[in-house]
Amino acid sequence: MVNLALAWAERYQEIHPEVRLSVTGGGSGTGIAALLNGTVDLANASRRIKPEEVAEAEKQGVRPTEFVVARDAIAVIVHPDNPVDHLTLQQISDIYQGKITNWREVGGEDRPIVLLSRETNSGTHVYFLEEVVRLGNAKATDILFSPETLLMPSSEGITAEVRQNPNAIGYDGLGYVTPEVKTLAIGFSPEGPFYQPSIETVNRGEYPIARDLYMYTAGEPEGALKAYLAWILSPEAQAIVKELGFVPIISGN
Amino acid sequence: MQKKRSFEFLIERAIQVSGISAIVLVALIFMFLLREGIPAFFQVPLDKLLATRWYPIEGRFGLLPLILGSLLVTLSAALVAMPLGLLTAIFIAEIAPEWARNLLKPLVEILAGIPSVVLGFFGMVAIAPLVRTVLDIPTGLTAFTGALLLAWMALPTIVSVAEDALDAVPNTYRDAGLALGLTQWQTIWRIVVPAARSGILTAMMLGVGRAIGETMTVMMVTGNAARMPLTVDSLFRPIRTMTATIAAEMGEVANGSTHYHVLFAIGLTLFVITFIINMLAAAFVFRQVRRSERVMS
Repeated sequence: MVNLALAWAERYQEIHPEVRLSVTGGGSGTGIAALLNGTVDLANASRRIKPEEVAEAEKQGVRPTEFVVARDAIAVIVHPDNPVDHLTLQQISDIYQGKITNWREVGGEDRPIVLLSRETNSGTHVYFLEEVVRLGNAKATDILFSPETLLMPSSEGITAEVRQNPNAIGYDGLGYVTPEVKTLAIGFSPEGPFYQPSIETVNRGEYPIARDLYMYTAGEPEGALKAYLAWILSPEAQAIVKELGFVPIISGN
Repeated sequence: MQKKRSFEFLIERAIQVSGISAIVLVALIFMFLLREGIPAFFQVPLDKLLATRWYPIEGRFGLLPLILGSLLVTLSAALVAMPLGLLTAIFIAEIAPEWARNLLKPLVEILAGIPSVVLGFFGMVAIAPLVRTVLDIPTGLTAFTGALLLAWMALPTIVSVAEDALDAVPNTYRDAGLALGLTQWQTIWRIVVPAARSGILTAMMLGVGRAIGETMTVMMVTGNAARMPLTVDSLFRPIRTMTATIAAEMGEVANGSTHYHVLFAIGLTLFVITFIINMLAAAFVFRQVRRSERVMS
């Protein structure tokens, strides 16, 4: 999310040279802690603030105000000729743990499954590990990607392989998916419903592998901060969201 | 006269400084690697480093799959590149007519100038799909694909240096062989190649040295799956090399963390392996020289 925050800050300073913004990375927890200490005016977080953090804030006399500023969704992609068109989260988890190794086991052809993933330093990798492979169970630290998983250094690496290899399964941020690959519809239970990832299904909260991206202020924002947050929800700033591979917010939602 | 002497003095010192600086630089790099890499051996117990699972973001630092992966790709590349390189060099130096030689040598040298990222991209979109369909294996991103491309990268070095070594063999050797009634092939294989042996070996070592240190190409075509290459079909499965691991992970690692030190420890391992290969090659070359000197005297 730090890339998004940086891109917004850079663009905003071009339009409003009188405003000075500086962005620092370090993770959602770092940002929220800094907001509570009063070292920053705005904390970006790729998760919702925890109850303990709210309690800590109240102790310090700060009332964190939440803004959903963008959404993030991961599409699971396969070769266009692969007859499989939907999977449950549990099936995807089993596939990436190496428990399911043939497409036949999930209703496809008799082919070995080739697992593709982003490198471990990618935020998408960590999010996919926690929410899909471990199914959101934070305590399941012994569940890892199968050692057979191919780690690709770029989105292009994943797309290039999925495009030409009918055995492959991969994932990437929804904004990076190209039309030459097939996205799978995903559901929670085998009976369905299954949802294709799109800006609409993500904004309606139907697509399972999606999350909101937040900004927090201490109390109601005022002055320059209020103007910046209003700009972030504008079509211009949401276009940057799309460019970086995230899902823009549909206004009125 | 005085002016000339001081000029010579300056030139001699300049040569001396550049000679020493090469040694000092290598020593400094080695010391830096030691300083950043040694803490890994204190922070991670040795049995954890020698484990079979590499998953650094969860604190699993097993280096075995990476070391074996690098060795598998490099050795396979050497097996392809060495005979092919030597034969190409022999063809260019001994057999090809003058015009063909004038065409081939520059072409081979152009091959050396192709950036590794271009070769990697070519491998990813062209060679890997071909390897997958021809061999009918699950994916084309394999150790074998990496070895093919590395062999291709090592070839220009091997051909160019080996060709120079063959070219430096005096013509009197060839004439003597032919005068004794040997065929052209016998002359080449029994006289010219053995005479150029140390130069050919240098060519091989430079080529293999390029292959083991190569990063970008292997990162793009070997799949980077840190699996243990122990089964017979491992050559046709994805692997993860030491160089690709450093390149992929160093950019995002927190400075001074365990992961950071372990990455330097991998660099140290790579340095030691290359050093051993070079020492072995040097020992071999010197032994050969001594023996051939005995024969001459």
